Parts: sequence; structure tokens; C-alpha cells
Amino acid sequence: MEGLDKLRGDWLARIGEAADEGALEEIRVAALGKKGEISLKMRELGKMSPEERQTAGPALNALKDEVNSALSARKSSLGDAALEARLATEWLDVTLPSRPRRVGSIHPVSQVTEEVTAIFADMGFAVAEGPQIDSDWYNFDALNIPGHHPARAEMDTFYMARAEGDNRPPHVLRTHTSPVQIRHMEAHGAPCRIIAPGRVYRADYDQTHTPMFHQVEGLAIDRDISMANLKWVLEEFFSAYFGTKVKTRFRASHFPFTEPSAEVDIQCSWEGGTVKVGEGDDWLEVLGSGMVHPKVLSAAKVDPAEWQGFAFGMGIDRIAMLKYGIPDLRAFFDSDLRWLRHYGFAALQVPAVHSGV
Amino acid sequence: MKFTLSWLKEHLDTTASVAEIAETLTDIGLEVEEVVDPLEKLRPFTIGKVQSAEPHPDADRLRVCQVETKDGLQQIICGAPNARAGITVVVAHPGVYVPGIDTTIGVGKIRGVESHGMMASERELELSDEHTGIIELPSGEVGQSFADWLAANEPARVDPMIEIAITPNRQDALGVHGIARDLAARGLGVLVEQPVKPVPGAFPSPVGVTIDADAMNNAPHFAGRVIRGVKNGPSPEWLQARLKAIGLRPISALVDVTNFFTYDRNRPLHVFDVDKMQGDLRVHRAQGGETLLALDDKTYTFAAGQLVISDDNGPESLAGIMGGEETGCTEDTTTVFLESAWWDPIRTAYTGRDLKINSDARYRFERGVDPAYTLPGLEAATRMILDLCGGEASEVVEAGAPIDTTRSFRLDTARVQSLVGMTIPKAEQVGYLTALGFTPSGEGEVLEVGVPSWRLDVHGEADLVEEVARMASLTKLEPKPLRRPSPGVPKPVLTPMQLRERAARRTMAALGYVECVTYSFIDRASAELFSGGTDATRLENPISSEMSHMRPALLPGLLQAAARNQARGIMDMALFEVGAAFHGGEPGEQHLLASGLLVGQSEPRGPHGGRRPVDVFDVKADAEAVLAAMGAPAKVQILRGAREWWHPGRHGMICLGPKKVLGIFGELHPNVLAAMDVKGPAMAFTLWPAEVPMPRNAGASRGALTLSDLQAVERDFAFVVDAQVEALALVNAAQGADKALIEDVRVFDEFVGGSLGEGRKSIALTVRLQPVEKTLTEEEIEAVGAKIVAKVQQATGGTLRG
Repeated sequence: MEGLDKLRGDWLARIGEAADEGALEEIRVAALGKKGEISLKMRELGKMSPEERQTAGPALNALKDEVNSALSARKSSLGDAALEARLATEWLDVTLPSRPRRVGSIHPVSQVTEEVTAIFADMGFAVAEGPQIDSDWYNFDALNIPGHHPARAEMDTFYMARAEGDNRPPHVLRTHTSPVQIRHMEAHGAPCRIIAPGRVYRADYDQTHTPMFHQVEGLAIDRDISMANLKWVLEEFFSAYFGTKVKTRFRASHFPFTEPSAEVDIQCSWEGGTVKVGEGDDWLEVLGSGMVHPKVLSAAKVDPAEWQGFAFGMGIDRIAMLKYGIPDLRAFFDSDLRWLRHYGFAALQVPAVHSGV
Repeated sequence: MKFTLSWLKEHLDTTASVAEIAETLTDIGLEVEEVVDPLEKLRPFTIGKVQSAEPHPDADRLRVCQVETKDGLQQIICGAPNARAGITVVVAHPGVYVPGIDTTIGVGKIRGVESHGMMASERELELSDEHTGIIELPSGEVGQSFADWLAANEPARVDPMIEIAITPNRQDALGVHGIARDLAARGLGVLVEQPVKPVPGAFPSPVGVTIDADAMNNAPHFAGRVIRGVKNGPSPEWLQARLKAIGLRPISALVDVTNFFTYDRNRPLHVFDVDKMQGDLRVHRAQGGETLLALDDKTYTFAAGQLVISDDNGPESLAGIMGGEETGCTEDTTTVFLESAWWDPIRTAYTGRDLKINSDARYRFERGVDPAYTLPGLEAATRMILDLCGGEASEVVEAGAPIDTTRSFRLDTARVQSLVGMTIPKAEQVGYLTALGFTPSGEGEVLEVGVPSWRLDVHGEADLVEEVARMASLTKLEPKPLRRPSPGVPKPVLTPMQLRERAARRTMAALGYVECVTYSFIDRASAELFSGGTDATRLENPISSEMSHMRPALLPGLLQAAARNQARGIMDMALFEVGAAFHGGEPGEQHLLASGLLVGQSEPRGPHGGRRPVDVFDVKADAEAVLAAMGAPAKVQILRGAREWWHPGRHGMICLGPKKVLGIFGELHPNVLAAMDVKGPAMAFTLWPAEVPMPRNAGASRGALTLSDLQAVERDFAFVVDAQVEALALVNAAQGADKALIEDVRVFDEFVGGSLGEGRKSIALTVRLQPVEKTLTEEEIEAVGAKIVAKVQQATGGTLRG
């Protein structure tokens, strides 16, 4: 069986030289196929004496195994090379732009409204709503602003046109969110805690005024709520909203619907024309507030002898401008896509107290 | 309301600085808007003495001066003709900013000679226009602050001016005296009372006054007197300076006196030239149609009921608002009738508003003038006129009487502290009220508080609480925690509709739409395109014709936004808005909408292809996604027949029954796009969040999920139908073939025309069968297939495509 060594050498050499899977298959058939050289040698075993077979059998089997594994080793290395060659041709310029995906955004007014809501909800305030066209009773009279009151003229009220023959006082576009106080107390009574964010309207237009803007009203009525509570609530709110401890300053003022009334400033600094809230020695006026006037409680069918509480109103657009450094109010309502993308918020950036607003 | 420090100090004995006064005013509710202190910019200037002044070697007009200054002897070059040895001057040292020439002084050489500063003229310090020479002071020490010297020697020239905002309730603070009273009550000085000594009448008034009976309730009190032999002319410098400092133009002594009392005591007055009058004065209501040329040179026509002061010639004055030109005083006036009257605030406000006149008098009478000061004011003004213009005064003529303002209210001193949340002892409360002119009395916690005549705004206990609170200082208020309504984790507060609105908003942003907030009012033409623009939604006083009507829908605002962006070169966009639209002009005639607008191409040009015009199925997908986010059921009807702003053949109404429309999607009508200047294609959808039914089951549980282990089978069918037959009809028919077995039917292909012939199309469905109990045999599948074919044929006339 000295021929076996040569046989092994020949076949292993041919396997090593096979250029592709086809050639390898031919070699397999020629060596191990039914009429393959090694198969024929195996068939010769039957003609041998048992002694000869005893040595030749294992040797041939070993050769067959060796050729088989050489075949599969070669096959896999040929496969690897082919794959490598294919992948090499599949090169892409990955610096090409990605497939476009439309990106939406949330308007700052919506975002800030949700921020405000999240903070006040944590302090137990629900969200109340009311009509944007309202009667002059809800917008003025019920809030202790009678017809001749100078505050009516100062509010630059928009009136709805009245049809000929309709002699009711004209309805108004609400000039503030305060009528929601009345509607809420009428419907739900005391005690209550609400905020009422929404659109309000005043006939005014310049860099800091637009004929429509957004306010949030706050109202808390109970048996012993005080102005000191109001100060705490507002300081908690501003600190949460701006993400830094913010002090407030209360200044005596006058609003027909609250008494005592206060204008509220927040602590800030001015540096190079930009305002920073929560630091420095300056004060910035941000809202009007006070203890709800007994006449307002009475108008809303709440007994002022039994109940008391505070109300406040502040501009949502204004606190949005302060927090996010937005310079011009008019741009809020212009729908310039460049502005909306720059100042807008991601869809999933949902404000929550636990994640910071 | 403007006043100066020296004016205030006539009513308030105080040593407080301007800064302290300003801070206190703001704290007590008289918010300071501006303080103009002329001394501020003069602080760096000091006084010097010129020791010697020698001619400049190289310039004829210049002198080289040696000046004694706070920094010792300094050499200063000066070109002023009066620069000479011995005079006391005002020195600007190097580094000092000189306002009149807008320059900061430096050390420099002038024609080769060093100069260490400047000697200033009045113009350079903005004290006057005087510039013929440098300032020569009659006194002053070297090194002394020039500002201090001015304040001590010529205070009137550097009188700080303070402007405060007046809230509508504080009529008393429209006079300097009232402001002084407030400051005194806070402890910033002592109020200087100025008792008025009546001027005895030298003769009976030749002009009489009457008030018509029907005018009495709005004009209860009218007083006056004649002063004859007056010499009118410019008022004295102090009075002119005072009026100028608060922005008023001095006119003549007589007129300036009336303006002075308007601001000094909130006591508007009027002077008539008696020689131009005819007969007595009569206060009455206008019949309507009378006219008057007023002092502002405009002619006003009275409406019936407005208050007029007439003489025999007719109307001579708009009561409480403005006098007439005809009887106005001039330099030649020698006999005047001085009027001091009290006019009803509400009547004055209405007349002023109707006639559109703003005047100092109207502003004050409509807020309320002290009714008890009508006669004292008349006397004080008489005295000043006699002082400034000479003459003699008649006896006072008077019609009616001051209204009775006597009233008192109870004040619970404990409730005050409960409301404010601050400890303010009863004695302190009594002190504040007394200092403000109120008369508190009573032993216990509850006081009875009388109201002074000048506080017409005080109508009850709450007003008294406010007085105490502002005097106690809200700046000192310490925050106190507000307890949560219940202990523990806060309860959710949003209503289902509020949650739905948020879901719509966030979903649209997630789908790639950019949120807009557009105005609630739009122009009539745009509103009309969307069936709005009716009179019911019209504003009476729009700010412009672009904002004349409440919007009937969100789409016109979004289309305008699209047009603006296209004008800026952005052609493709996805915009949305969630907000109210208005179907009427009554409160509550508004409804919440969510609208999306998709314009132009699906994506920008790029190397990957995929760019195509946006189409109806883009917005259909988005509308469905938003509805799903709001909890709408998946099974809906798609109906046609929406309003005219939609493309008639390319829109669908997403309905639960023919009357329950959850939303509409589709292509916008080309006419609408053309009218609104938007380059299409433009697809849109509008959803009515309130129409989506509330879930029946409020619980969190989802119900059990049943999953089958048996293999599902899919079979495809292609039907040929008329082109107008809707795919959904086929799907519904197929679905109905076996409700238990058929899990899902999907359209996977549509083919129109071609070999099928004109007006025909093929719709290919894939039907998924989910066996429940056992695997399906081929016969069972065949049977279901036959049923599907039959059902579809029955419903749509469709036949299986061969």
C-alpha cells in the first residue's frame, strides 16, 4: 500500500489548487465519487486477504477522511474568499445623506402650557377651560368691572358685532382668562384649585403686544388661604419652571377683581441685554395677583364670609420668552418654519415634574 | 402722574432721598415708572478756582489756566472769553463724561500745551442753552461736589421728577397732596396740612349759577366767583418751572393756576372770561345737537343727556371735561369767573368716551375728585390768582351742595391677618388707617371705620383690607406653604378631553408635522372659503381687515402660513394646529379641531429616490394615526360628500354612521389653493376630537389575549369591478363571508383600465383565515373562498379575475 502516500499527496495538492467550488466538486467526484479513485481502491479491499485488509482498510479510511476534511476546509475557505470579494464590490458611499424623515415639532406655547400644567397639577390644581367669546358679564361685571370702570377702556377690548335689532350688550373676545374663575366656581363651588390656560385678546399690536396672546389664570379657594400662600405657590412655581430658586417680590397694586392686589416681580439680572432669572438684584414684573374680591366670589355664588382665596394671571407667551430667550412676541403667531423649528420642541419631550420641566 | 421732589416736599416734611421715596411709592401701590434726577449726571463734577489765566503761546483765543481743584493745582486750556483768574468754576477731570458734548474728558495737548480737564459751560452740563462762557459760581469751595452746590443753592434747577402709574382706584393720588399723605402714612415724613383761609368777597358776583333739576344727580354742586381787575400774563418762574417739569406747557397765569391745582390737589378748575360771557351760567343736560368749539380747537356736538354749562349765548363748557374756546381766558382778560364744581364720575366717563376727549379734567372727574374740597379749592385758587394777577374777588356763588360721602364699614382686624397671611397687630392697622384719613373706632377685634371724602373708591371691608396690606408692605410678606388638597401622591387632574387634545398634538408632531399657533381671527374672504365670514362671527372693532372674523376652521390659517413660507422659498411642508374654531358668536359656539396640512413633495430631492408629490393616502394615514391616538375605533366608514373646499373626488369623511364624522381627509380644492396663493399639491385633514366616543370601560385592563397555535392561511383573490366601486365595499363583503374564520382582509393591489377595458378595475385582496379549533382542510378553505367570491359578487358585482 505504498501507493497511498502518493495518492494522498496528489489529491491534497489538487484540492489545494482548486480555484472555485465547481473545480472542488469535480475533484470530490474524481476522488470519492462512485467511480472515484479512492472509492475504487476501497472496493479492492474485498479482494484482499483478511490480513491485508486489516492494514489496508484503516489506511484507506483514514485517507478518505483526510481528503473529505481537506475538501470541506477548502470549500469554506473558497466561500469566505468569494463572500469577501462580493462584499468588496458592495462598497457604498455612506457619507451620502440619510433617507429623509420628516421631523415635527411642538409650539413653545403648547410646551410651556404643559410645563405650567405639570407643575401646578403637582400642587393639586386642575385645568379649567372657558369660551373665548364671552359675555361682558363674565368678562367684566362678574369680575367687579362695571360698565363705566376705567379698566374697561384700558383693556382695548374686541367686541363681537351685534345684528341690527339685537340690543344686548355685545359679547367680547375675553380680555383675560379670569372669566374662567367665575364659570368654574359657578359650576363647582368651593373649595377649588384650578389653573385656566388659554387664548386672550386685546386690540393692540407692537413689538411686545399682539392682538391675541396666552394667559394662565390661577385660582385657589378654601377657608384659610392667604396671600402668603400665594407667594409660596408662585415661588414654588417659578423655581420649578426656571429650574433654579427664584425669589418673588410683591408690590401693592389694584385690580378690580382682587383685594388686596399685588403685582409680582421675579428676581433677575440683566447682562448685555439678556435677562437671567433667579439671580441678581433686579426685578422683573411677570404677573398680577391678589385675594379674590368678595364681590367676585358672590358673583360666582360662593359665600365670601365662608371662603377666601387667591387668584393670579400671567402671560404664557411672556414666560416662554423669558425661559427660552425668545425675543419677539409677534413671531409666535407668524408660523415661520425657520422659527418653529428653532424654538419648537420634540414630540416626545413631554414635560413632567419628575423629569424636570 | 408726574411731580417733582420739591413739589412733594411742600406737602411732605421729609428727609428721605429720592431713591427711598421711589422705592416706597412702588411698594405702597404707586408704581414708579420713571425718576429723572438731573443731579445724577452732575455727580462727577467738582468746583475749582482759577488762579491764573495766561494767553496760549500758539493760539489767540485760548488761555492756559492754572486751576485749584480737588486734585491740587491743574493746568487746563480754555477757550471761553470769561476764563480769568479769580473765578469759581465747574471742573470736569480726566475720565469724566460730559453729557452736553457726549464726550469723556482725557488728558491731552491743545496746540502743544497739556490740558488736564475742562471747565464747563451750562450747555455742556445740560443745565441750559447758555454757552457764551464757562460757569462762574457766586460761591463754593474747591473740591466741593457741584451737584451738592446746586442742590443747596439752586434746587429748582435740579429738581428730580418722579412719574408714577396710577391704578384706577387711586383718585386721591392724582394730586401731590394725596401722594404725600400716602408716604406720610408709611412713615416717610409728616404730611403738611395747608388750611385754606377763605377770601372774603368784596362785592356780589355779577354772574349767577344754577343747576337744572334733572341734572342735579350728575352735577350736584357748582361753585364759583368773579375776580375782577386781574392782570393776566406769564406766570412766575417757579410756577412755570413746576409745570414744565411735569410736561405741561405754561400758558398764562390764570390758566397755569388751574393746572397747578389739578396736579397739586386733584382739583380741576376752569376760568371763564366774563367779558365774553352773556348772563348767568346754567348747568343742564344737552338736548342733543348743540355744538361747542372747545379749547382744543375742535367742535363737539352734544348728545342728549350730556352735561353742559351754558350762558345766554348757549353752551360754553363741556362740564368736567373741557372749556369752550369762546369764553377762554387770554392775555387781555381782566375779569374772570373761577369755577370749582363736582361732576359725577360715571357721567363724565361716558361723555368723555362718547365725545372721544381725553383731558386732565376728564381723567380726574371720572376717577373721582374729593367732593368736600370744592369750596376749599375755590378759595385756594382765588388766593393764588389774587397773588399772581391782582384784582379783587366777589362773593362765592354756589348751586347745589357737596354730595354726602359719609359712610363707614366694619373691619375685622383678624380677618385682615388671615387674608394677608401676615401678623399686623390691631394697633398698627388703626395707625395706618388713621394716617390715611380714615376714622377707625371700636374696642374689640372688629373696627368700625369711617371713610374720608377723598376716597370715593372705598366701598367695603375688602377695600380697607387693601389699605392696611399695602401700608404694612407686601414686600415684607413671607411665603407660607399651601397644603396639598390631600396627602400623598397627587391625583391626576386632566380630563379625558384634555388628554385627547394632548395626544392629538404630540402624535401629529411625531408624524412630522410642525405645530403652528395662528390667530383666531382671519380676513372675511379666507373665512368665506371655509363657510365662515358670517356676521355672527364678525368683530365690531377688528384691528385690521386681515383679522375681521373669527375663524370657522383651522385650515385657512394654516394655508396662509403655508403661503407665507412659500413666499420665503420653503415649498414643501407639513403644518398642524390644534385649537378652537368658531361656528357662531355666542359664548360656547366654538369647537376643538385638529388639522394637518401637507404641501408639496413627500421629501426633498435626494440620491435615494422616493420623492413624489404628497397624496391623499399620506394624509389618510396620518388622520388615522391621530384618531387612533385619541382612542377612536379602528372600524370606521369612509363617506364622501364633504364641503366645497375639498376636491370632490379626492376626500373621505371618517365616520361612525352618516352623522358621526370623526374627521375628513383629502386633497384641497384647487380654487381654494389659488385663492389663498398656495402652490399645491396640498393635502389636509381635520379631526373633531370631541366626536370620538369615550371608551365604555374606564378600567386599565386590556382583556385577555387569545392566541391560536394553529397555522393561519392566506389566500389571494382578484376581482374585476366597475372603476367607481370602492375597495372598502369589497373588503367589507369579503370580511362578512365568515366572521369567525376570517381574521383580516387587506387590499394588496389595484389595477385600472388596460386589458380590463374602460371603466373597469381590478382589486386584489389577501384574506387571512385563522382556524380556531383544528387545522383547515383544503376543502374547507375552498368553501370559504367560494363564499367570499359570492359575497363580493353580491355586494359589488365583482367577478373573479380570470
